[in-house]
Amino acid sequence: MRWLPIFKKEMRLYFGSPVAYAFLALFLLVTGWMFAQIFLIYSELSMRAFMQPMAAQNLNPTENVMRPLFSNMSVVLLFFMPMLTMRLFAEEKKSGTIELLLTYPVRDGEVLAGKFLAAGAVYGLLLLLTLTYPGLMAAFGRIEWGAILTGYLGLLLLGSAFLAVGVFVSSLTENQIVAGSATFGALLGFWLIGWGADAAGGWARTVLQYLSIIEHMDSFGKGVLDTKDIVYYLTVTAFALFLTLRALDAKRWKG
Amino acid sequence: MIQVEHLTKRYGLITAVSDVSFTVDKGQIVGFLGPNGAGKSTTMKILSCFMPASGGTARVAGFDVFSQSMEVRRRIGYLPEHAPLYGDLAVGSYLEFVAEIKGVPRGERKARVADVMARCFITDMQRRLISKLSKGYRQRVGLAQALLGDPEVLILDEPTIGLDPQQIAEIRALIRSLAGQHTVILSTHILPEVSMVCDGVVIINRGRIVAQGTQAQLVEQVFPTARIEIEIGGPREAVVAGLRGIAGVLRVEDLAGADGAVRFLVESPRGRDVRGEVVQLVAARGWRLLELHQVGMSLEEVFIRVVAGEEHGEIAATEAPAAPAAGAPA
Repeated sequence: MRWLPIFKKEMRLYFGSPVAYAFLALFLLVTGWMFAQIFLIYSELSMRAFMQPMAAQNLNPTENVMRPLFSNMSVVLLFFMPMLTMRLFAEEKKSGTIELLLTYPVRDGEVLAGKFLAAGAVYGLLLLLTLTYPGLMAAFGRIEWGAILTGYLGLLLLGSAFLAVGVFVSSLTENQIVAGSATFGALLGFWLIGWGADAAGGWARTVLQYLSIIEHMDSFGKGVLDTKDIVYYLTVTAFALFLTLRALDAKRWKG
Repeated sequence: MIQVEHLTKRYGLITAVSDVSFTVDKGQIVGFLGPNGAGKSTTMKILSCFMPASGGTARVAGFDVFSQSMEVRRRIGYLPEHAPLYGDLAVGSYLEFVAEIKGVPRGERKARVADVMARCFITDMQRRLISKLSKGYRQRVGLAQALLGDPEVLILDEPTIGLDPQQIAEIRALIRSLAGQHTVILSTHILPEVSMVCDGVVIINRGRIVAQGTQAQLVEQVFPTARIEIEIGGPREAVVAGLRGIAGVLRVEDLAGADGAVRFLVESPRGRDVRGEVVQLVAARGWRLLELHQVGMSLEEVFIRVVAGEEHGEIAATEAPAAPAAGAPA
């Protein structure tokens, strides 16, 4: 497998330019703010629970802080993920370097693997950094690490679906801005499609709910591992990567 | 080493390359000549496995560029037009990436990268970001990446473009030094470059090959006779008669002379040099010799004749070259 040199090159480009730092810093800033707000509301609730012992029964830091945080992070990722993927192929096409890259003795699949895994590695680093939030909570109280773990597994799967869609869109254009905004549009569309579920009834409701890309994240946040959700994210990832390979091949024929 | 047969490439309705055939023997350096848009880059993109042809076949190092693309890619070094490189990488780390992707073993990588940097005169630049380099340096980094992995075949699309005269000389010497062990196909529109560097020439125009062979063969095909142009101060009639009297002179064409001088184009069979006799004749008759030089001997004149002939719709004399290939020794 020759994906490793491409992976290393992409990592150099991420960390040799402001892209990775901006992505990490901005995401942590936004979600850190969210965490702080959710945490403050939760601590206020706990204070009130002191006076009304009955209300304290429903208080659970994992359920009341981490679950909404996971769901907020999924939406924020929708905005941030295109930053990581937009240049992967678009820049190579614009600068012409793809002509060299695709004449080295590597298969298209290896090129794609290197790029996808590099974006995944930056995202993985991001997830590691966000462990600060449950870490802080653990310092002040007891939390359920099992639910945190499933939540992070959910974010990982959700993220890989987002990245795969982004890589695919990037392989379609040579303009990074177009790649970024079209990825954002596509992901937003996949999220909003679920909003129609409530209005629609019967089978349409089920279908729309199933298609919604963020809906599937909810069960992970609750600490539930549902095959349906895992299969959904893996399918989106695999299908988008497959389409990317087709797009790379088509580009050769069109010249 | 490179065999191209009936290669055709269409982009939609536009035919960029049409029925191109040529071969390049091992160790030869062949120059691909043609005006802009003639199909040089397209042919090179097909040879480098970047894109498939619409028709015909191309084999590099014995492998088909389409069905055995990986085998071909392992054996070529390619420098695309404009040397596209990653501007955000430093020269050294870029070349290490290329060495790794080309499968240079880990232990040899550093030495190989240092070697190509030295050969392309970019050792001083290894820590610089590629985006900060001048055009000439970028071009040399591009050449360095093509040389990495010691490929049997080098495909260089305009390797000396954007270089200053000193750099051009260095790069030409470098390419020349590759002859023998490496097979090189390079495109250019600098004609003297072909004369200096290449063993064989393929001239392509509007997607078709209009002439191919060694430089000497091309000159012979396009200009079958040796020609000299002379300007003599003397009586026109007597000069013409005198020139016609020289053994071997095939034709004397009267060109307009200035101020009492007469100007002629004298043709003789190739290999029969009549210059000595002309000078003797002029001296014996007491005329004044004002100018004497050979014409139609350079590749430039061949190129202009062949390409311009095409533009005017004439069939160039070289349409069906007798020479089998561009690869015959010069």
